[in-house]
Amino acid sequence: LSFSFPVKPEELYAFSYNPKMSKENREVGWKLVDLKVDYQRMGIPNDYWEITDVNKDYEVCNTYPPEIVVPRAANKAVVIGSSRFRSRGRIPVLSYLYKENNAAICRCSQPLAGFSARCLEDEQMLQAIREANPGSPFMYVVDTRPKLNAMANRAAGKGYENEDNYDNIRFKFIGIENIHVMRSSLQKLLEVCEMKSPSMSDFLTGLENSGWLRHIKAVMDAGVFLAKAVKDEKASVLVHCSDGWDRTAQVCSLASLLLDPFYRTFKGFMILIEKEWIAMGHKFSHRCGHLDGDPKEVSPVFTQFIECVWQLMQQFPCAFEFNERFLLEIHDHVYSCQFGNFLGTCHKEREDLKIFEKTHSLWPFLLQKKQEFRNPLYRGFTAYKELQPNTLPFSFQFWCGMYNRFDKGMHPKQRVLDQLLSCMSQKLKLEDNASELENKLPFLDGPLPAEACSLPKAGRAASKSPMLNTPQDYEGEPPPVLSNGASAAALDGTSHVDQKHTEKLSHHRDLRDLNDTADILDSEAEDGEPQHH
Amino acid sequence: MEFAELIKTPRADNVVLHRPFYLAVEGTLCLTGHHLIFSSRRQDNAEELWLLHSNIDSIEKRFVGSLGTIIIKCKDLRIIQLDIPGMEECLNIASSIEALSTLDSVTLMYPFFYRPMFEIIEDGWRSFLPDQEFELLSSVTDEWRLSCINKDFSVCPSYPPVVIVPKSIDDEALRKVAMFRHGSRFPVLSYYHKKNGMVMMRSSQPLTGTNGRRCKEDEKLINATLRPGKRGYIIDTRSLNVAQQARAKGGGFEQEAHYPQWRRIHKCIERFNILQESLIKLVEACNDQSHNMDRWLSKLEASNWLTHIKEILTAACLAAQCIDREGASVLVHGTEGTDSTLQVTSLAQIILDPRCRTIRGFESLVVREWLQAGHPFQQRCAQSAYSNSKQKWEAPVFLLFLDCVWQILRQFPCSFEFNEQFLIMLFEHAYASQFGTFLGNNENERSKLKLPQKTMSLWSWVNRSEELSKFQNPLFEANSLVIWPSVAPQSLQLWEGVFLRWNRPSKFLDEAHEEMINIIKYNKELQTKVNALRRQLAEMETDERMQENL
Repeated sequence: LSFSFPVKPEELYAFSYNPKMSKENREVGWKLVDLKVDYQRMGIPNDYWEITDVNKDYEVCNTYPPEIVVPRAANKAVVIGSSRFRSRGRIPVLSYLYKENNAAICRCSQPLAGFSARCLEDEQMLQAIREANPGSPFMYVVDTRPKLNAMANRAAGKGYENEDNYDNIRFKFIGIENIHVMRSSLQKLLEVCEMKSPSMSDFLTGLENSGWLRHIKAVMDAGVFLAKAVKDEKASVLVHCSDGWDRTAQVCSLASLLLDPFYRTFKGFMILIEKEWIAMGHKFSHRCGHLDGDPKEVSPVFTQFIECVWQLMQQFPCAFEFNERFLLEIHDHVYSCQFGNFLGTCHKEREDLKIFEKTHSLWPFLLQKKQEFRNPLYRGFTAYKELQPNTLPFSFQFWCGMYNRFDKGMHPKQRVLDQLLSCMSQKLKLEDNASELENKLPFLDGPLPAEACSLPKAGRAASKSPMLNTPQDYEGEPPPVLSNGASAAALDGTSHVDQKHTEKLSHHRDLRDLNDTADILDSEAEDGEPQHH
Repeated sequence: MEFAELIKTPRADNVVLHRPFYLAVEGTLCLTGHHLIFSSRRQDNAEELWLLHSNIDSIEKRFVGSLGTIIIKCKDLRIIQLDIPGMEECLNIASSIEALSTLDSVTLMYPFFYRPMFEIIEDGWRSFLPDQEFELLSSVTDEWRLSCINKDFSVCPSYPPVVIVPKSIDDEALRKVAMFRHGSRFPVLSYYHKKNGMVMMRSSQPLTGTNGRRCKEDEKLINATLRPGKRGYIIDTRSLNVAQQARAKGGGFEQEAHYPQWRRIHKCIERFNILQESLIKLVEACNDQSHNMDRWLSKLEASNWLTHIKEILTAACLAAQCIDREGASVLVHGTEGTDSTLQVTSLAQIILDPRCRTIRGFESLVVREWLQAGHPFQQRCAQSAYSNSKQKWEAPVFLLFLDCVWQILRQFPCSFEFNEQFLIMLFEHAYASQFGTFLGNNENERSKLKLPQKTMSLWSWVNRSEELSKFQNPLFEANSLVIWPSVAPQSLQLWEGVFLRWNRPSKFLDEAHEEMINIIKYNKELQTKVNALRRQLAEMETDERMQENL
């Protein structure tokens, strides 16, 4: 029994999990996700924002990472001052910068405002955030809690921003319930799912009474509000709840996902989770009950985020590079403790646990299985920019694949996803076959040109081949890739080059997949050509 | 009667059309005898909307000053709004639409006036004749015969002229059985399960009454379908209570004493106004724009629509199970045998018979088990979810059947040759159509109306390759297995394609469908190419060898 309720983090599986992997590869694995690269992608540092190491010794906030992004205009004194006015020192920092119009999403914890307290530095901090977006005269401050909860916090010397004390802010409550409500909601939902042969009415009433979909909708609505504020109103938004590590993480990551197609790719989604959840101190260890601890700290906050992504996938089946199984796999590993990423509660704790030295990262492991996690219907990075989901209640479905996951009898017996994935792998094989055959043909063609042309069937096939060709041809590369590769390897005589080449090939394939539709259209367009010749 | 008399204002300008998800457009509204036509006057991209009057379920009018507004609610569940300047014009148009959408004579309906603009390759009226069906049957068994007892509809007015009955029962006996069954609907063959020779029959309730009347010929008829020593199952689509109450009105059920070889199972499937109210509630819930999740779920639950779906599918699974798993023959009936009975027999066939999952096979199923079997389409589909008429005989029985098929299709997306659009198309045409297929309540009425001579069949139009391509499922791979759907509440969903069709944009889902088609099409093309290359290579190699041999 002590195995199922570990007390010390060192007893977790991640510390003994030992795949056959070299030390170097393990370290490379941890470097796969680099948040700085993502800030660079947003154009940071720039005139308004900088990456500061003010928290390098965790002096400002011990649940934040060492490097945080703050407005350039906010100097160290402002940062320190503001941290004293924010619950657990979780000052406003940048979560996402929407490059198109400089509107930013920032996040923090609740202010220690009580009934009347104010803090000049905190007010300056918000002003700096607002002024980092010169396009808008105001900014939103969003408290994701129900108003009643926020007001109750005032009695404890916490609470929310007073609009009179901050210049040009628009304050708004969103009303997502707290971790305890969510925990009991999931509990009720699971009870409904486990009912023995319920009637339709039992199930729907149970679903309603659990409140689960209502909470999912509240999170989604909040994400949509943020995305709209940033994109349509061009206003920056500062988001907080109580500590700013649960609801705030849900809402900020969802808004980023809605605004930026990058986060809907494999790479981007990993970065999003590392950035908004892991780095910013979502207490995975407590929320997921990794260790025998306070059961009141357990709550399905991350599960709700994952479900929101799934709900978006239902509405936008071509917008995500990955499929449902990827979500389920990540969700599994948040609980499995096989990898180090989700251990502990914040960056500092993970450093203390030496997880970067002692455990493996989940992401390279998932990328190895990319083929099975990809979404065959993905239309590529540029197909959809911002997503504007419908949030009317009927747009939310019960996620049978998650909550009745192991009741296989309830799932569709045939899966479109499986069918399409096997199509994708078949496609690769066919394309290889085709180019291999094509390479053989000209070789045979040489000595026997007359015969080949005299056969009407063969003649047609030959004239047909260029138009149905593998897409390499369209990119103006020498067509016989395989022979090209073989000759390169022969020249250099090293397997290293060979490997590089295959890497390039697979990269190429990815690009090609993005162009699938275009290729089919192309091949159709060229259909008529041979007749004109 | 001339339609012109009903149209006082045939045309109005500067009318504004509002539709869900489209910008409002200004244009001209025209009324003809059968259509409401709206055409925008924008030169660049002229838009036209043609709406059959028979598709209109209800209309409402409102006035703000001299600007009138007509809200038209259609049987396909769409709602459109027309702003018409001029009080008089608006009133005229509204009353014309009201009159034209509620014509009481069938022969004034559009199918009698419609002239097809396509070439008819195959006359759909002759596509699914009982003789062909019987030919298929007689290739596997000789225990059945085609009886022409009803050739002038004199024995059973709601049966087709020819029916399939056990060979050992002669027409004289059939006449007696007909007297013993409600509406004379004596037991006939519905489905023959080739795998084990078991059958499914359907009929109406026996007229046992309170004093337990019996009919030897009836017992003989249904016993003729049993193998020696084997038992059969009677699936009564009413609860035991309802079946018992039916005795007071002369109806009843088969008593164990007289049918010792049969086990009776009661499965309660609702009928008539309960279903109609369920549809009305569901559609109202779907049109509710409130953001309150609890309200939506509680309305969805209160509509009971999915409960009906679950009940019908459960009964169909039971029938299929008796036949395939228990190796027993089955008789299905409710009261009249024209509604829930047909839902069960036709769904059981979809589960059991791969042929019914092809386009052609499904059409044949609809013809056999719904049209020829005498489901009163004209009564049931006269009105839809927005009507205020509340006639007892209106009920979305056929729509529930299509919804059940969609549920199975969703669970077995690769086992059907047709797609969701095909089912939606059938729903639309059952309620309003330019074709005569769904007019009338049975073959008798259709023959009196001379529909095959005077109207075009839906199948003539659908079964042309241009149309068929829209209804084909790219994932289809013929599957000869029995497909058992799950009826757990978690496995059943709201049919968005019908009920949310006009309430949410479908752009992203359409794109996904397109993408799927492209992936599969590209693969097929690749396969063709590889095959061609292989052939070419093989041919060359043979040539080479021949040359070497020379």
